[in-house]
Amino acid sequence: MGSSGNAVRSRFALPKLTLRGLALGYLTVLLVFPLGMVGYRTFEHGLDAAWNAATTPDAVHAFWLTLLMVAVAVPLNTIFGVGAALLIARREFRGKALFNAAVDIPFAVSPVVVGLALILVYGQTGWFGNDLADAGIQVIFNPLGMIIASIFISLPFVVRETVPVLREIGTEQEQAADTLGARPWQIFWRITLPAIRWGVAYGVVLTTARVLGEFGAVSVVSGKLVGKTETLPLHVQAAFEDFNLAGAYSAAFVLALMALVAVVAMQRLRTREIA
Amino acid sequence: MIVLLPLAALVARGFDGGLDVFWRAVTAPDAKSALFFTIGASIVVVLVNAVFGTLVAWVLVRDEFRGRAAVNAIIDLPFALPTIVAGLTLLALYGPRGPLGIDVAYTRAAVLLALAFVTLPFVVRAVQPVLMEVDRDMEDAAASLGARSSTVFRRIVLPNLMPAILAGAGLALARCLGEFGSVVLISGNIPNKTEVGSVFISKQIEGDNLTGAAAVSVALLVLSLVMLLVVGAIQARRARRGK
Repeated sequence: MGSSGNAVRSRFALPKLTLRGLALGYLTVLLVFPLGMVGYRTFEHGLDAAWNAATTPDAVHAFWLTLLMVAVAVPLNTIFGVGAALLIARREFRGKALFNAAVDIPFAVSPVVVGLALILVYGQTGWFGNDLADAGIQVIFNPLGMIIASIFISLPFVVRETVPVLREIGTEQEQAADTLGARPWQIFWRITLPAIRWGVAYGVVLTTARVLGEFGAVSVVSGKLVGKTETLPLHVQAAFEDFNLAGAYSAAFVLALMALVAVVAMQRLRTREIA
Repeated sequence: MIVLLPLAALVARGFDGGLDVFWRAVTAPDAKSALFFTIGASIVVVLVNAVFGTLVAWVLVRDEFRGRAAVNAIIDLPFALPTIVAGLTLLALYGPRGPLGIDVAYTRAAVLLALAFVTLPFVVRAVQPVLMEVDRDMEDAAASLGARSSTVFRRIVLPNLMPAILAGAGLALARCLGEFGSVVLISGNIPNKTEVGSVFISKQIEGDNLTGAAAVSVALLVLSLVMLLVVGAIQARRARRGK
């Protein structure tokens, strides 16, 4: 940049500082302060107290249940997400526009509404309520229903992160492999998947973060049975409403730590995608 | 399919007793005030975050300062942080016994705060990539011709960013309309005052009034779907223009 460019730019100097201050101030008040606060409240009575509050049987059970939901919902949504992305980006079929829109619906639906909709299908008075009861399967007020709710809520992430990458890489390499006689699954494993892996990974991180923290949908479906259907986010609310602040803050701190890990992963993956 | 079937059940239940019952459920005083408050609060929050989101994106792209990467990373925090934790944190800070002496707990301001927190990233993340791609020659040309920085911003930068701002704002609005976890602790859920639509629905479910809950759900659902369609239309128009 020449000196004339600098002269032009320097006239922006004063507003620039003001803008920077405004932007950082907004972020501090909205993001940084609150987070620091959870850390402070968690450890305000010392490390031991925080550890004890975080490892009560209910909290530990909630922790493992949360991990179970991640372990089931995330792989399923990853497989579905990559498949759906391939359909949307690479195939033409009837009702594609509808399919494309349907994938986005979970973003538009309130989590509470998702929970209610699931109750109306799988609950006692729901569409399949009697059939399921006859088969001895309980979905609502049971981890099964909570897993379905988590899958519903986090469905779009992998699809939405993968479709643009698929469009960007184009089909030249896939076609080349095809003319050289590669079978479809070979093309997928050797060419397509390596090319889209960072996009998929980003989607997986978003899915994981969402499933870990899902509250509204899971809360409605779970029936909030302590020690049975209580996930970590539900435990936060239950503890808070029991005036067990130490328990609420320590569980929140554990969740916040996981969120931080997710944020760091997101940042890494984003820079990797650009590079 | 996992998505459409439950929603079909929801709509069916909402209109179980005919249009009449649906309308009465949606316009019951509690339901109506919850819906109107949700819509009003969402619009206010989205406007605030459209302005500040654009500002934050601008600073992140055009400004250089220490810790920019860190700031860039924490933008995603509201996406990653469980909503209930967000609610708890805000309550710890801006509630009773908070260190700042600001207590907004159980007021409408608290709801706005929670919604602003969870929807912060939408506009930032929509505007940022566009701002990075925008050609600066136009701005430099305008500036060298004597345009003031405010004029350059209004006449050149803003028109370029507008589709992205609208797209981000639309997503944020859809999210606001349905937000539950972050609001439930800090709002106090006082009927006719701080109760939002999703909290109203959850109370109806707990009171075993599934039909009433379904009716209000359908109303919320339609609103958010319209928002998403608008966002889709904006993006389609932008894609066409790009070609």
